[in-house]
Amino acid sequence: MHANNGTDPHAIGTKLPAPEARYDMVVVGAGPAGLAAAIAGAGEGKSVLLIDENPVPGAAMGNDVPLLFGGRMTTGTQNAERMLETVFMSEPQLEAAMEAGVEVLLGTSAWGVYRNGPGITGLPENVVALADKDRGWIVGYGELVLATGARDLAIGFPGWNQPGVMGAAALERLLAHYEAFAGKRVLIVGSHDLALNTALLAREKGVDVAGLVEVRSAPQGDAALAEAVRAAQIPFYLDDAPAEAIGGIDGVERVRLRSGAVIDVDTVVLAIGLVPSIELIDAMGGKRVLDGARGGYIPGDNAGVTCVGDCAGLADTGFDHVEYRMEWAGELGKLSAPDTIVCQCEEVTRADLLGVQPPRYLERPAPMAARSLDTLIQDGPPNPDQIKRLTRAGMGVCQGRRCRDQVAMMLAMAANGPFGSVPLATHRAPVRPLPLRILADWEESEEMRAGWDVWFGIPTQWVPYRDIDTPREREHQTAIAEGWSL
Amino acid sequence: MTYVGMPTPRETPQETMAKIAGTAAKMKVVIVGGGVSGLSAGWWLARSGAEVTVLDKGIVGWEASGRNGGGASHYQSPLFEEEQRMWPHMDALLGYPTEHQQERLVIAVSPKQLNQYHYLAKMNNDMGYRVDLLSGDQVRAMVPLAGDNCLGGMHYRFGGHANPQRSVQAYAWALQDLGGRIVQHSPVTGFETEGGKVVAVHATSGRYECDAVVVAAGPQIQALMAKLGVEVPLAAARAEMIVTEPAPMMPIGGVDGNGLYGRQTLRGNLAYGGGPHEWLETLQAGPPARPSSPLTRNLARRVAELFPKAAHLNVIRSWAGIVENTPDGRPIIDRMGDPENVTVITMSGVGFGLSPASGHAVRDLVVDGQCSFTDIAKLSLSRFDGIGADWREQRGWQPAKPDIAA
Ligand SMILES: Cc1cc2nc3c(=O)[nH]c(=O)nc-3n(C[C@H](O)[C@H](O)[C@H](O)COP(=O)(O)OP(=O)(O)OC[C@H]3O[C@@H](n4cnc5c(N)ncnc54)[C@H](O)[C@@H]3O)c2cc1C
Repeated sequence: MHANNGTDPHAIGTKLPAPEARYDMVVVGAGPAGLAAAIAGAGEGKSVLLIDENPVPGAAMGNDVPLLFGGRMTTGTQNAERMLETVFMSEPQLEAAMEAGVEVLLGTSAWGVYRNGPGITGLPENVVALADKDRGWIVGYGELVLATGARDLAIGFPGWNQPGVMGAAALERLLAHYEAFAGKRVLIVGSHDLALNTALLAREKGVDVAGLVEVRSAPQGDAALAEAVRAAQIPFYLDDAPAEAIGGIDGVERVRLRSGAVIDVDTVVLAIGLVPSIELIDAMGGKRVLDGARGGYIPGDNAGVTCVGDCAGLADTGFDHVEYRMEWAGELGKLSAPDTIVCQCEEVTRADLLGVQPPRYLERPAPMAARSLDTLIQDGPPNPDQIKRLTRAGMGVCQGRRCRDQVAMMLAMAANGPFGSVPLATHRAPVRPLPLRILADWEESEEMRAGWDVWFGIPTQWVPYRDIDTPREREHQTAIAEGWSL
Repeated sequence: MTYVGMPTPRETPQETMAKIAGTAAKMKVVIVGGGVSGLSAGWWLARSGAEVTVLDKGIVGWEASGRNGGGASHYQSPLFEEEQRMWPHMDALLGYPTEHQQERLVIAVSPKQLNQYHYLAKMNNDMGYRVDLLSGDQVRAMVPLAGDNCLGGMHYRFGGHANPQRSVQAYAWALQDLGGRIVQHSPVTGFETEGGKVVAVHATSGRYECDAVVVAAGPQIQALMAKLGVEVPLAAARAEMIVTEPAPMMPIGGVDGNGLYGRQTLRGNLAYGGGPHEWLETLQAGPPARPSSPLTRNLARRVAELFPKAAHLNVIRSWAGIVENTPDGRPIIDRMGDPENVTVITMSGVGFGLSPASGHAVRDLVVDGQCSFTDIAKLSLSRFDGIGADWREQRGWQPAKPDIAA
């Protein structure tokens, strides 16, 4: 009989904790779709928890989490109390949800969904992991509703890596929910519905809109919306694209277009497209499918999880978003230089990405310098996770939000394939950057502590080779094993 | 480039390279598995002049080899001195960066830990590997992120760490530069034997004739070797890690302790793992998913305890990898008796750090039939002869719920 008597004290066993609370329904995201789902759930007599990460902490906004804020939020966003109030006031349905009996937690993000399934069986039950500004915890759910919306699609061009280049969803958040936009005059990139609506919203909120730049030869979105923009005297720069954002210490001051026009603005709003926020679905190993008409990768059929609102896919208007953004990526790529930054966090340039080169703090001996995406592609189709490991593009604190889509598009173009020919870089929990002290389980069970080992807790593994099969072997095993459960 | 705390190497790696050049000329070797073990073996064989083909079911380094802690300080192994001799030269020999760094610190935040570390320090010093004991204040002077809770530690004047993903790719590229072939997305499905030898390897991409085969397929070794009538007892489990955003650089990045292994990367990120594993069923196609678990939170806690001054740093990712273990947890590096041209290598939890040496050992077995630089007899497969079919159950190493684990 083996020493362990048929049990492994260092295996996961039953060490993972039960959730702190359990709800019939957990809804992630308190936009219109999430609110409607939560209110409906409560109406059916279910216990419902509705969480929303807004207002996000100022530090996270500075890292463009979860939207591309581009440093254009006012200092008011640093005031957590005021922000909470503003978010609450901006969404009347929140009060209705609370009255319906929904438990509402704002400033609370969902950073992971854990389910028993392929590769993991040790969970007491399926859980969603949460965090607010003070702590992290897990809750159980009967039904999980994801209403996480859509995030900004960023495509770089010369000068985009400075304050003042932001996304349309971030602008909407700052204008309509936070009342905290620091810019005065904006240039909008794109002309589909998102861009048109952004122009109209900005104008309504008293922001000066210098125009919309469109790579194609006509405005792309809904004709009535385009007409409304025209009626507001907002110009379209058609058959054009931003060639460079020029700025100073506070970021963007003006933009030079490919046509040569120079436009004085303090903010460039990327409104080429939105990407359904499927981070949680992907990180939990859920299914996803590519649907160009609905904004790219959208959730597939995942038992026990319902996706509603934009995270389920943008409204299908017959417009191919993926084709449109690929066209933009191609054009902005042409306007970029080898030293144009692709990944801001890790300062990866276009040339380094396409050259599959390591970061600058490493040397590039001749064989390394001779490698490139082209040589890598000879070994098989490009995989963004592999490129990420080699170049560090997407490995930074923004968790790849700023460059993930652009990198995927660049790889597809380099491989001469359609967007879908390149797999999606995987999302990993925590899907929001969270401080160690917040993520930490400070209430860890005694079982977890007692069973902890640095590696597998197999005593024979660490015995010096020369002592194997000698009397010293047992001595080492005992001494080493005694240290376990540190 | 040598270590303060290690015996003087017998010769330089460059001398070794010169010695082996041409020793395997025209030998056709097929390697099953493009993890760090297979690639290092392939590189050593190519250095010896062999015609090497590496077949992998997916992308090189996609499994354990690209998901590990990068630690290279496995003093218990007979391969350790060779590993130490080679690592500082690997960037130059391969021609690609591995991010290899020398020396390690292990620091304690509980009296029990300190006790254990003192035992390990003595064990190493007895072997002739120098370890210096440190007081709490000495640790705080060397490890800026350590806190008042640190009770002391030890300084390995040897060992180190490297970047697993970069290193795997470095082996792969260096092998290609020597004329070796790497065929990705090409699972091996079987072997063709004749007269007690494997004469060809079958993969989805075709049939590969060979004079010798190295089976370095991680957990999948068991089923592959069963096709050749050889029983290799292995049990696989999931192990998890987390990584933070960059912290200010510490003078020595290889700092761990508090029940964790890991390192500060050259970019500054803190990458750490440890704690309970989950035993899983092995599928021949590979794991369909490698999910991490809420253990992420327990890891975060231990990192915050290890480095109180980093507790405010954001965790930005977690991940898991699959590690196979033999019944005693030690590697198997062995050339089979029948078929006699097949060499098996499975490294359990120490395969990354020891890779510069394990490849050399495999090269020696394939070309010369025995390891030239150290005794590895106790790593032979025969030590498990007659092990009962229930060895996993005896150890409690079977999957909890095999039905959903698949
Ligand atoms: C979380 C974690 C942390 C670790 N930390 C450390 C550490 O700090 N230091 C250290 O030294 N070690 C560490 N290890 C262990 C180390 O990663 C392994 O020992 C090492 O990577 C094993 O390499 P390998 O090449 O033998 O196996 P693998 O990396 O598993 O490679 C096997 C390869 O074989 C391929 N394959 C499988 N089946 C087939 C088939 N039928 N046909 C073709 N190809 C096939 C697979 O695709 C894979 O690429 C850690 C492991 C994990 C998971």
